[in-house]
Amino acid sequence: MSIVETHNLSFDYIRRDEEGNVSSINRALNDVELAVEKGEFIAILGGNGSGKSTLAKHINAILYPTEGYVMVDGKKTSEEENILSIRQKAGMVFQNPDNQIIGSIVEEDVGFGPENMGVETKGIWERVEESLKTLGMWEYRKHSPMRLSGGQKQRVAIAGVVAMHPECIIMDEPTAMLDPAGRKDVIRAARALNDVEHITIILITHYMEEVIYANRVFVMEKGEIRMTGTPREIFSRLEELEELRLTVPQTTKLAAELKKRGLKEIPDGILTDEELIQSLCRSYLTM
Amino acid sequence: MLREITLGQYYQAESRLHRLDPRVKLAGTLIFIISLFISQKVACYAVATVFLICMIRLSKVPFGYMIKGMKAIAFIMLLTVAFNLFLTSGEKLVSFWVFTITKEGLKLAIFTAVRLAYLILGSTLMTLTTTPNDLTDGMEKGLGFLRLFRLPVHEIAMMMSIALRFIPILMEETDKIIKAQQARGADFESGGIIKRSKALVPILVPLFVSAFRRANDLAMAMEARCYHGGEGRTKMKPLIYKAWDIRAYIILACYLSLVILTAVISPI
Repeated sequence: MSIVETHNLSFDYIRRDEEGNVSSINRALNDVELAVEKGEFIAILGGNGSGKSTLAKHINAILYPTEGYVMVDGKKTSEEENILSIRQKAGMVFQNPDNQIIGSIVEEDVGFGPENMGVETKGIWERVEESLKTLGMWEYRKHSPMRLSGGQKQRVAIAGVVAMHPECIIMDEPTAMLDPAGRKDVIRAARALNDVEHITIILITHYMEEVIYANRVFVMEKGEIRMTGTPREIFSRLEELEELRLTVPQTTKLAAELKKRGLKEIPDGILTDEELIQSLCRSYLTM
Repeated sequence: MLREITLGQYYQAESRLHRLDPRVKLAGTLIFIISLFISQKVACYAVATVFLICMIRLSKVPFGYMIKGMKAIAFIMLLTVAFNLFLTSGEKLVSFWVFTITKEGLKLAIFTAVRLAYLILGSTLMTLTTTPNDLTDGMEKGLGFLRLFRLPVHEIAMMMSIALRFIPILMEETDKIIKAQQARGADFESGGIIKRSKALVPILVPLFVSAFRRANDLAMAMEARCYHGGEGRTKMKPLIYKAWDIRAYIILACYLSLVILTAVISPI
């Protein structure tokens, strides 16, 4: 059974004037069909205003669909009594690390979710220890979040979600405000959670190089899903991506250009440097 | 400028006072303040002085550090002392120009100064030995009975702890905005008081906008982590009275009775 499933999902941002009359309707999502299986690593790509964040907020029951529905673990998000269990099952990590850390000490912040769920004190401490150790932040448990780097803060935020024992974590551009080192940290943490803990990850990003580890990639534009496939399939459709103003990783681009200039042995959708080097060696040997 | 105020700040140390339950410290501060207002006899102040000195020694907070926090309110103290000194009628002591100092005025001024100083020292001692989180936890639990009067105790405590957490973030933000405006040629240093306060507008407006944006983000993040008010919420660090807290309560009770006793018996 799918952990997250949307059907015919549409959402309108309605702007009202002072009298409460509708002054404009902005369709942020249009007829989105999505099914995510348990244990998958999904990436959702899209430029600014493509509706990817709106989609993320629907999965966590922060926004409710105008049309269609969202199901998380077989429960509809639009039904009031499901909200808490949906938010526990599908945790969410936001973009700005400063604005999502509630506690003034790392361990208190991680304990915030379990406290809200009504876990008893001993259980909270076990969960905090376990999730901080998973994210490699255990030695910082007594620190103030103010003193941490961006990547560390974001790992604390992820630990806070992990402590709620979710089955799925939605990461809404978790790396957008980080430096390259912090970005790597967070992506590594996301992959580890997927590999080791088998938590379903839905990573929302506009950095192409972050999606190469995903099982499936969805590309969104203007509130619709335009492309679906494995990273390799997506990256081999270079022209379409560029039409959507998404820049592919340099390696992929280089490989495609080399192929265009006559190196026919290079396969489509090269993802990493190593792959490119190997295929170049192979084509050199056969020449 | 803002960094120098020690009022409401925590001083890290290992002391018996630091380890006490925040509820005891809150009650202790309240009892100390009440004791200051019980009587105007010198003997009562002597008892309060001994008690305060003992507590400061016990807290291991350097006395100089505590005094630093008093500087910020020195002006208010001076003002109240002056009012008491010059505006109390009674037996004339000295008189110059339009001012007259009376015997009663002098006495009242000294008592007011001491009372104010003790009041502030007492409450500073509490905030110096209690982390903001402990303090809000203590308030939430210690004042929990107010929920009977429909006072949203949990919500107020949560607001306080979030406010405390965001103070350093907003300070940093203010710093950034000031630098950004200075880079655009804004002048905060010259001119009279009106010009200077006008110059604050381009700092305050972006600061408020960003504070609201942060508040919105934070509220969403809290909701996403299942926050739904105080109902059904458990505590990671529950407050439980230990043997020393009970002893502290007994000491406080002894202190209060001693002050009352002195007020009744002592002639001055």
